[in-house]
Amino acid sequence: MTIHGNTPEGTSPLSARTWQLDQDEGQTVQDLKDSSAEPLAEPLIEVPDDIKGNLMVTSVDALVNWSRKSALWPVSFGLACCAFEMIASSMGRFDIARFGMEAFRASPRQADLMIVAGTVTWKMSPAIKRIYDQMADPKWVISMGVCATSGGPYYGSYSVVPGVDHIIPVDVYVPGCPPRPDALLFGIMELHEKIKKYRNLPNGPNLPLLGNRSKAATSPAEDA
Amino acid sequence: MGLVHLAGPDLARQLEAAVADSVEEWNDDAVWVKTPSIAGVAEFLQADPVLDFQFLNSISAVDYIGYFEVVYHLTSFRQRHTATIKSKIPGRGESIVPSVYRVWRGADFQEREVWDLMGIRFDGHPNMKRIMLWEGFQGHPLRKDFL
Repeated sequence: MTIHGNTPEGTSPLSARTWQLDQDEGQTVQDLKDSSAEPLAEPLIEVPDDIKGNLMVTSVDALVNWSRKSALWPVSFGLACCAFEMIASSMGRFDIARFGMEAFRASPRQADLMIVAGTVTWKMSPAIKRIYDQMADPKWVISMGVCATSGGPYYGSYSVVPGVDHIIPVDVYVPGCPPRPDALLFGIMELHEKIKKYRNLPNGPNLPLLGNRSKAATSPAEDA
Repeated sequence: MGLVHLAGPDLARQLEAAVADSVEEWNDDAVWVKTPSIAGVAEFLQADPVLDFQFLNSISAVDYIGYFEVVYHLTSFRQRHTATIKSKIPGRGESIVPSVYRVWRGADFQEREVWDLMGIRFDGHPNMKRIMLWEGFQGHPLRKDFL
């Protein structure tokens, strides 16, 4: 029997000549199907059984930034009426403890965050600078209220600093006179977002290094 | 029950009797005394058993451009009355007023504040220096000619 009608005389048809090849291919398919009844396991990093459940994998930046932002301890420090809104933020109604921040430290050595809450006078500014200098790196500053931000209603006064950023570097400015605790909490959450973006390893991407603001500012010059 | 406010000719007559040539003028609100006799008048107001002003509410100063005025608010809790004593200081130079620190200890910081912000010195004060502003600050900011 000829299918195509052009099989030369004295030769077997093509289907007969590839019979064994087709048999082998079919066997391969069947073998794979038989051995694949169950789905494969998700490819994971191999973890020894004895520490399984105690381990997770992440980047150093994510871990360090997460730990820093989750327990920002403010230094106990209030200058004027804004201090009462800051105190209210730490009480049960607004509950700064949700951010792990309720531990207002009596010593700047133990604090990460300085909330400048109130009017900064020139006579007070050396004390503020000293407290800031005593805080250990990494450290952040929130300027709370218009007085600390720019002098506010006392702008141009003979005794008031026109913004605490004339004395110490500020990370987040919270406007208001005074800002409600909601506004302060929003400022704190913005600071959390900022902390999450830090790159902590020196050979990481070309972004400002945490705690080395001056180095970050001069790095383009070093490249050139 | 309110406090009776002593002023006018009655109080002026008592002060004049206690310290000769001390009263300058008076009205229904206050009695003006001459600057050099402030300390003597204060001593009398505090020691006299009828007036009995044991408490100095405040010392303040006013700049009327032509002259300064210091104002003493006094209260007697036992006699339940109050009084206001004032004194005019002519001129705009560095004015000097006798201190009442020996009579009322509460005058300590108040006189320093008047010196700091208004530039009126108090003679006899044990610690006459600035209280609000820092040493080296130029001028006295509550004066009308400051800036």
